[in-house]
Amino acid sequence: MSGLRMAASDTLVLSKRNFMRIVRAPDLLLAFTVQPIMFVLLFAYVFGGAIPTPGHSYIDFLIPGILVQTMAFGGFVTAMGIAEDLRKGLIDRFRSLPMARSAVLAGRTLSDVATNGVSITVMLVVGVIIGFGFEAPFLHIVAGILLLLLFGYAFSWVFAFIGLTSSSPEAAQSLGFILIFPLTFVSSAFVPPQTMPAALQWFAEVNPFSVVVNAIRALFIGDPAGNAVWGAALWSIGIAAVFSFLAVSRYKRAVVR
Amino acid sequence: MQALRGVDLSAPAGTVLGLLGPNGAGKTTAVRILTTLLPADGGSARVAGLDVAFEAPQLRRRIGLAGQYAAVDENLTGFENLQMVGRLYHLPKGEPRARATELLERFDLAEAGGRLVRTYSGGMRRRLDLAAALVAKPPVLFLDEPTTGLDPRSRIGLWETIEGRVAEGTTVLLTTQYLDEADRLADRISVIDHGMVIAAGSSDELKDQVGGESLEVTLESADEAAAAAAALDGVAAQPPELDGIVLRVPVAERKGKIAAAVQRLNEAGVGIDDISMRRPTLDDVFLKLTGHAAEEDGEEEG
Repeated sequence: MSGLRMAASDTLVLSKRNFMRIVRAPDLLLAFTVQPIMFVLLFAYVFGGAIPTPGHSYIDFLIPGILVQTMAFGGFVTAMGIAEDLRKGLIDRFRSLPMARSAVLAGRTLSDVATNGVSITVMLVVGVIIGFGFEAPFLHIVAGILLLLLFGYAFSWVFAFIGLTSSSPEAAQSLGFILIFPLTFVSSAFVPPQTMPAALQWFAEVNPFSVVVNAIRALFIGDPAGNAVWGAALWSIGIAAVFSFLAVSRYKRAVVR
Repeated sequence: MQALRGVDLSAPAGTVLGLLGPNGAGKTTAVRILTTLLPADGGSARVAGLDVAFEAPQLRRRIGLAGQYAAVDENLTGFENLQMVGRLYHLPKGEPRARATELLERFDLAEAGGRLVRTYSGGMRRRLDLAAALVAKPPVLFLDEPTTGLDPRSRIGLWETIEGRVAEGTTVLLTTQYLDEADRLADRISVIDHGMVIAAGSSDELKDQVGGESLEVTLESADEAAAAAAALDGVAAQPPELDGIVLRVPVAERKGKIAAAVQRLNEAGVGIDDISMRRPTLDDVFLKLTGHAAEEDGEEEG
């Protein structure tokens, strides 16, 4: 079997394994369905009234932001799953098999794309029910969804790296939270950055999260795009490239703890 | 920290090499190097004729590893676990399924095969783990403390399975901290402590290193110890030792010694309760070689 075919086949075998986990422990699905709904409703109805968003209703402003945040966190299952596999010795088993070195991680990140797809669908449906309105051509909307999935995929590799470097699934979860939570909040996702103190505002404007949020606003509700869409795609590809490299090199040296 | 400081091991095909040592001795490190999981910073090793450092991808096709943990997926069934491993070994189409069925049968898991592994007992998980290591019929099998934490019945069952594999020609490297396990399974044993091999040989050879056999005579009364010792003067290779009412008499060779001892004791009118020939155990070997017992070291495995 050629290297590439082997990698693809191994990755599929392991993605299937990850899917079975959701089928067998369906409560995990709550994280991809109920949790995003909860956030949409909390932000829309608890904070929404107090946050002025010139030019848009808060719901229209919020949905792109919260979609991007959900994508960023979609990979946490990967971090926890990998940390768990390490602890149970499964990574040792996989590493002793004649399989592609990238397959365990690629299998995880690939299944995240599917669960992220579920989250996007659920959030858009709830969003539309509570008043979100697309203001863009159909192709832009499709492009926006693909961009969200790409961004989520990139962050799954960040989480894969976190999973391989943390001492336990619990540590992986809290490390991921500590690193990514501030990034998503100090951005244009939930409030216009103009209201923040100067330093935070500067950060919020260069933050890749803001770039991606702005891109989704352009693609979903017709905000001026500028370079945001290309910028978002480049950031996503860059993050995926750097962290897949880091994660795979880490995997090759992984040790049971 | 240096976990290994010079380890020379070799096992002819179709035999079991036992790696015996306490926790933290370096057994797991040795297994990790030989199964390509960890690069060695010096030295070289060949497994199944392949170099562990330079021919790792080819080598992985020819080895099976069952580690200290039952490395199986809790959220899959037993069958799905084995099938997944078969696919990851890239067995031809249809083979993973067939091998999974066959192995579940052989490991007494046929009925449980359709159940999720999270419902399995510890012993069942270990059996499944061992089955996973055998999916590709590897010529070389690494078993890292395969029975640690198992109940006695499961241990014996696992031993029988391992013996079955060896009878079919598999070469096994077995690490254990249990002396009875090495004694029963291993053709040759390397005793390892603080990252070094401190003794090697067959179980019998190791036992011979700590001295030969001794006759254990349980007396009816400790008062007769002196009379018994005197009567056995011609049998003993070294002066006997008294421990409670048990008199330990080192002998040079076992042949005919029990009969001779009984006859002499009888003639001297010494009453005996029991008499037996005792070989030194691997425990004695370990104590003699390392100055500490095999299972007292509490360090984490390194």
